[in-house]
Amino acid sequence: MGNFLRTAAVMALLAGPVAAQDRVLNVYNWSDYIAEDTIAKFEARFGVKVNYDVYDSNEVLEAKMLAGNSGYDVVVPTSDFLRRQIAAGVYMELDKSKLPNLKNMDPQLMANAAAYDPGNRHAVIYMWGTTGIGYNVAKVRERLGEDAPTNSWALVFDPAVAAKLADCGITFLDAPTEMLPAAMNYLGLDPRSTAREDFEKGAELLMKVRPHVRYFHSSQYISDLANGDVCVSVGWSGDVFQAQARAEEAGNGVEIAYVIPDEGALQWFDMMAIPKDAPHPDLAHEFINFIMEPEITAYITNYVWYANANAASWPLVDPEILNNPGIFPTEKAKARLWAAAVYDARTDRIVNRLWTQVKTGQ
Amino acid sequence: MTGARRIGAGRALVIWLPMLWLILFFLLPFAIVAHVSLSEATIAMPPYRPALVWPEGGWLPEYRGTLDNYRFLLEDPLYLGAYLGSIRMAGIATALCLLVAYPMAYLIARSAPATRIVLLMLVVLPFWTSSLLRIYALIGVLSPNGFLNSALGWLGLIDPDRPIQFLQTDFAVYLGITFTYLPLMVLPLYATLEKLDPSLLEASADLGASAFGTFWQVTLPLSLPGVLAGCLLVFIPAVGEFVIPALLGGPDQLMIGRVLWTEFFNNRDWPVASAVAIAMLAFLVVPFMILRNSPALRGEG
Repeated sequence: MGNFLRTAAVMALLAGPVAAQDRVLNVYNWSDYIAEDTIAKFEARFGVKVNYDVYDSNEVLEAKMLAGNSGYDVVVPTSDFLRRQIAAGVYMELDKSKLPNLKNMDPQLMANAAAYDPGNRHAVIYMWGTTGIGYNVAKVRERLGEDAPTNSWALVFDPAVAAKLADCGITFLDAPTEMLPAAMNYLGLDPRSTAREDFEKGAELLMKVRPHVRYFHSSQYISDLANGDVCVSVGWSGDVFQAQARAEEAGNGVEIAYVIPDEGALQWFDMMAIPKDAPHPDLAHEFINFIMEPEITAYITNYVWYANANAASWPLVDPEILNNPGIFPTEKAKARLWAAAVYDARTDRIVNRLWTQVKTGQ
Repeated sequence: MTGARRIGAGRALVIWLPMLWLILFFLLPFAIVAHVSLSEATIAMPPYRPALVWPEGGWLPEYRGTLDNYRFLLEDPLYLGAYLGSIRMAGIATALCLLVAYPMAYLIARSAPATRIVLLMLVVLPFWTSSLLRIYALIGVLSPNGFLNSALGWLGLIDPDRPIQFLQTDFAVYLGITFTYLPLMVLPLYATLEKLDPSLLEASADLGASAFGTFWQVTLPLSLPGVLAGCLLVFIPAVGEFVIPALLGGPDQLMIGRVLWTEFFNNRDWPVASAVAIAMLAFLVVPFMILRNSPALRGEG
């Protein structure tokens, strides 16, 4: 049996990655997260074929990375997940001599990201954003009046307010490591705390509002906000702006706004990295370097409405985006952003167990 | 002599081909999952410390496993609750399937042979579309601004500004499962009903039984093997169903498929996720073993 298992494993290995000499690049990125023509431009310039796959949760990416032999050359995990994957030995160190465009990156933002990847040795920031609140302006005003607390987490975390919005639809991200700290922050606790009782207090608050939550999902809300099927979503900045843009395109009279609440919000970085077993590491470096060109990254930001960390690209970014405090926060708002704490396995289990409790209400 | 050997080789092929199939696609994956369920989670690639370790140059593996993962399932009421929740949901969905499928199968079995083929085609036809697409189509029908609410609003049955919340409810999940699994119930029912000897029904009528009496005392008992086969075909996959409750259901349905997902993806605890899967298999195998010995399933009713 042992030999049989080994033979099967070897066969699986041989069948996995594409042969290294092919001029192919396999990219695995978040859904709705790149400009229309970025891939085509890269293919044309380097004469290669890019296989571009997408995911909508860090967990799915992580499962593939930990299983190994994914065949991907460039992946884009979020900072706190990146750190754990580096610890598991998933990524290779970047060869910075192949990444001359690193000079374009904003030193301050790269220093922030270094909290997860000391010395920025494994990854480069692709885009970054915040986890705040997207809402349907007219419907929220209709239900809560002019003095609706649209600048505060109270909009979703105050049970009295949430009750009034329930029939029009509140949605939460299905991301315990983002929702629980947000609730803890609203209660005046440290959102980076890893103490069990803090998580329990956050979960208790979420339990109070959960009867008014329609669903927990991390991408469904984009189209639902745009169609007017839901009213308020805890969501990722750029996704809410995409909902806003889709509603405008559809001309259905739905107006969506995004807010970084006054109490503060989570700031995250999505980072480009190369798995150790990537079949085409050289081309992967070329791709990362290509993304760091000011025109390319500015164009992506203009398309997906997420902030980038490429200082040289900012003059090329649409002023409407550059001056939007929901995308590039003001200095005052920046001071209230927090970075995700990294949890150990025990903390993860506590967080996810509480989250199951919150979601099922039992 | 040569003839006899050829028959022997043919027989071996017939026996070993299915065996090989089972070993490759059932036993081997099962062994891998069972092995992971005895291992310990850690941050690595893959994220567990194997229970069986081959020492350098050795042939026999050393066992370093643990039953902690199974013990863990017993300690937290979450898992038992999820198993029971899944069984309850699958049971109700199976009953609904049976209620809808029985008249359909009966009608098909009783219609003229030419119509029969058309009707059977209509039952199987939805299978030609990906089940995921059909579930997304249901989302379009059931959503607050969807077809159903628009139709009800147009008929004046509801206020269009206050649509009925169909999605993210138990109703949507039952509808989704019944809709998806219906052919699996109709086909075995049809197969038994079609073989039913009409002279038995005539005899029953001649002996003075009412139409309902004939159905209750003759047709239904004779179709029990089909009922059982259909119920198993629907019930077993419905217990582990993940996609339909995830897309159509609300967050409060505690289902084992969802719990398994959380263990694997959110906790990245592959050993506990594997233990959940093995325990679920045990949950399903036991009732099947009981039913296997029932005369109805063997067609001896």
